[in-house]
Amino acid sequence: MSLQILIYLVVGSTFALYIGIAIWAKAKTTGDFYIAGKGVHPVVNGMATAADWMSAASFISLAGLISYLGYEAGMYLMGWTGGYVLLAMLLAPYLRKFGKFTVPEFISDRYYSRAARVIAVMCLIFISFTYVAGQMRGVGIVFSRFLELPIDKGLYLGMGIVFIYSVLGGMKGITYTQVAQYVVLMFAYSVPAIFMAIQFTGNPVPQLAFGSQMSDGTGFLLDALDKTLIDLGFSSYTEPFNDKSMVDVLAITLALMVGTAGLPHVLVRFFTVPKVSDARKSAGWALIFIALLYTTAPVVGSLSRLNIINSINGPEKTGTLYTEMPSWFQTWEKSGLLAWFDHNGDGKLQYAAGNAFGGNGKPTFEGRALGTLGERVTTNPSNGEVVNGAPFANEIYIDRDIMVLANPEIAQLPNWVIALIAAGGVAAALSTAAGLLLVISASISHDLLKSTFMPKISEKSELRASRITSAFAILVAGYLGLHPPAFVAQVVAFAFGLAASSLFPVLIMGIFSKRMNKYGAICGMLAGLIFTMGYIIYFKGIFIEPIAANTAENWLFGISPEGIGTIGMCLNFLVAFIVSSFTPPPPQSVVDMVERIRLPNAAAAHDH
Amino acid sequence: MSTNADQYWADNIRLILKLLLVWFLVSFVFGIILVEPLNSIEFAGFKLGFWFAQQGSIISFVLLIFYYIKKMGELDAKYDVDD
Repeated sequence: MSLQILIYLVVGSTFALYIGIAIWAKAKTTGDFYIAGKGVHPVVNGMATAADWMSAASFISLAGLISYLGYEAGMYLMGWTGGYVLLAMLLAPYLRKFGKFTVPEFISDRYYSRAARVIAVMCLIFISFTYVAGQMRGVGIVFSRFLELPIDKGLYLGMGIVFIYSVLGGMKGITYTQVAQYVVLMFAYSVPAIFMAIQFTGNPVPQLAFGSQMSDGTGFLLDALDKTLIDLGFSSYTEPFNDKSMVDVLAITLALMVGTAGLPHVLVRFFTVPKVSDARKSAGWALIFIALLYTTAPVVGSLSRLNIINSINGPEKTGTLYTEMPSWFQTWEKSGLLAWFDHNGDGKLQYAAGNAFGGNGKPTFEGRALGTLGERVTTNPSNGEVVNGAPFANEIYIDRDIMVLANPEIAQLPNWVIALIAAGGVAAALSTAAGLLLVISASISHDLLKSTFMPKISEKSELRASRITSAFAILVAGYLGLHPPAFVAQVVAFAFGLAASSLFPVLIMGIFSKRMNKYGAICGMLAGLIFTMGYIIYFKGIFIEPIAANTAENWLFGISPEGIGTIGMCLNFLVAFIVSSFTPPPPQSVVDMVERIRLPNAAAAHDH
Repeated sequence: MSTNADQYWADNIRLILKLLLVWFLVSFVFGIILVEPLNSIEFAGFKLGFWFAQQGSIISFVLLIFYYIKKMGELDAKYDVDD
């Protein structure tokens, strides 16, 4: 069976599965639609949360990012898992006890303020849309590479699928589809990792292979990788702080942890379980399912880096003739994610430190033109310098995303593994997109429409409204995926920074401080939000040109825009405490509410 | 609010603070601040600091949450506040 047919078959059957689940789990009430009727088992919810959380970026880009950053990538690994500790202990159980539909709803009730709710909705919508645009893009990339569809057609197909199961099934449909998607994506991620772990070390468990001896007798895996990289002029893989300073690594790690705990589409998952204790269990299970991928990713990152170097430079470490390269090289050259310029004119590919191409290091191609050996003609070679004592100049451009997508081909794994990667990438993107679209539609139909502008709307009309907003959100997300604004690459910093500096502190203070009032919360949220947004725009120039160069000398305390959410969060707490100490305390009813959410068994209308 | 509920909350806070200290140690201290000295220790084929940053911290996070679940289950039963 040809690879193409196999891919269609595997991806097609996963789609059929998702749609089947959506029909089975059709939402009948707003409770079903927003929070799956609070009937989700904690392990099931943990799995759904994991799929919700692990996006196209986790699946496609994380390992590639790690393979280039080495040690410093630990900030992503710790940052994107450590937030679950905060969720389990500081947020999930209490928000579940609160027991309503959305995160802005909690903020509005706790701070007895419609203004606070509207600010929270704005943060939520901004965070979720920036995030969802990236997912749609991910779907497009996977489809265009694996199904050989144009990116736009791939995107329409993805939108159609999400439309069917999220509009029909709401949270209930999404939850059970996410469970299926988790299984697909985790399986797809592990299989090539296990194959490669065996190939390189003989140990089938990736996490153990990471610390094992290489089968070819070159010592421990990480030592072998360090040596290979240093010989080629790269910096060491395991040594810390080659690319980033310690203070920046600390700030980014904390911003990502806190940002994770403040992301609305993650928080809302804990509204769906039956009991308070289930919310805690759910966070634990979610982290187990996430940790499976997050402890595998660094192994995939290091093995694939080694793998790609070995297959390009060959066993003699002198390069491989273009005409003798395996077919994957040309396949990915076609997509523009790989490129070669023969600086020394020996007809061989050589990979080392330094840029093979000029400008920002990315190749530009002369249309579809092919050179004498069949390689794609590039128009912007660098001057081909040999750097850091490498044996030759670098001639290769490698897009990091290739580390996961092309891995099975580079490692010469069977075709069904390649088909699995396609299905896994799509599953990761769709599950996250659906979760995000749901919180967007819930906050528009519930927080804005039902609770702010049209309180008299019936449940049936609200359910219809949430389906319409959900459909509308899919169209906007599709548009953003099709016409990505220039800032799409930078939105991750934005989404996490905003969640860390705006939503997380007010949620924490709402639960752990009885004295915090609406003035403190509103001023704190605005201070954190404006500071963080301002800082990121100042250096990254979203919507406008950057005002200052994004370099360490210009940064506040040496903290990059990616990590500034940490400072934004501190500012939020500080401003909130100062303002609240000068303003009247919250009313008794709110103090009672705080006491109730702290006790798992306190009845909703309990009076003390 | 009854003193029983206050006591439950105080125990919960004490437990959280204890566990967050461990959370801070395994990630920020072992994985980042002390990574260079720890890297001179060899641990099962890894430099220890590197292992904490890319494996150990994540494994510790999972253990921390499950310890919290267990302890809170005991607290819920002790104060009879389970829902």
